[in-house]
Amino acid sequence: MKKKDFILISIVLLISALLLLFYNFIGKQDSDRVLVTIDGKEYLTLSLTEEIQLTIDAGNGKTNVLVIENKTADITDASCPDKLCVSHKSISKNGETIVCLPNKVVVQIIKSGEKGLDGIAGSIFWH
Amino acid sequence: MYKNVAKYGFFIALAMILSYIEILIPFNLGIPGAKLGLANLVVFLLLYSEGVKSAAIVSFLRILLVGFTFGNLFSIFYSIAGGMLSLGVMALCQKSKLFSKIGVSMAGGVSHNIGQILAAAIVLQTPAVFYYLPFLLIAGLVTGGVIGVLGRQILKSVFTGTGL
Repeated sequence: MKKKDFILISIVLLISALLLLFYNFIGKQDSDRVLVTIDGKEYLTLSLTEEIQLTIDAGNGKTNVLVIENKTADITDASCPDKLCVSHKSISKNGETIVCLPNKVVVQIIKSGEKGLDGIAGSIFWH
Repeated sequence: MYKNVAKYGFFIALAMILSYIEILIPFNLGIPGAKLGLANLVVFLLLYSEGVKSAAIVSFLRILLVGFTFGNLFSIFYSIAGGMLSLGVMALCQKSKLFSKIGVSMAGGVSHNIGQILAAAIVLQTPAVFYYLPFLLIAGLVTGGVIGVLGRQILKSVFTGTGL
């Protein structure tokens, strides 16, 4: 391996570390809204404080079951083949995200009053 | 011409088998969604033994065929975004002669994941996917490194002197 290889590795690791630091810095405030979007369009927003179980209908028989309890949101069942969104841990902090790529469903925690998908922090599973 | 048909058929079949093996036995890297990308080994070997054109043809057709067989239109879109960016970056890195084969493969792995993230951001219309970027950058280094080590070894022991 050449010296430039190690420079490449260092640069990529450095960028990764900086991004992680940046995400942690901007996105850990307490927040209380759950935003659900399908194919980039807002489907509904819910309060994180309510206790609710609902089925997100993404069309064409595609569904994700969203459960909100104890100030955390979780997808407990889905119609997608690999169910990565189901195995994702529940989310509660601002910017945290669960993505179901086959159904194009994004569940995200946002600050109350915040409308769009500004937060990029959180954790995401995709397919 | 006929020689090329046989040759591309062989390499596309090999790449498809490697993709299929990965579907049968997923190599878990601890990061969901991250794959080893064994099929990229074929693309890497072709880049070094035949050049960027052959590598691009095999990569593109492999993605289409595997996509139609096991995936869907979206998975094809993600794969093409990753595969083509990766190949482009690898070809540039190879040409620049700055990096070893392993370094070139690492650059390919990292850019592959960047391409996929960009495609996901476009499809999902959300920047939320970029949270995943730091993990995928590191995953790209690892997978690219593994492919690079394998590829270097295969180039040394198989491709030298066969006229391929």
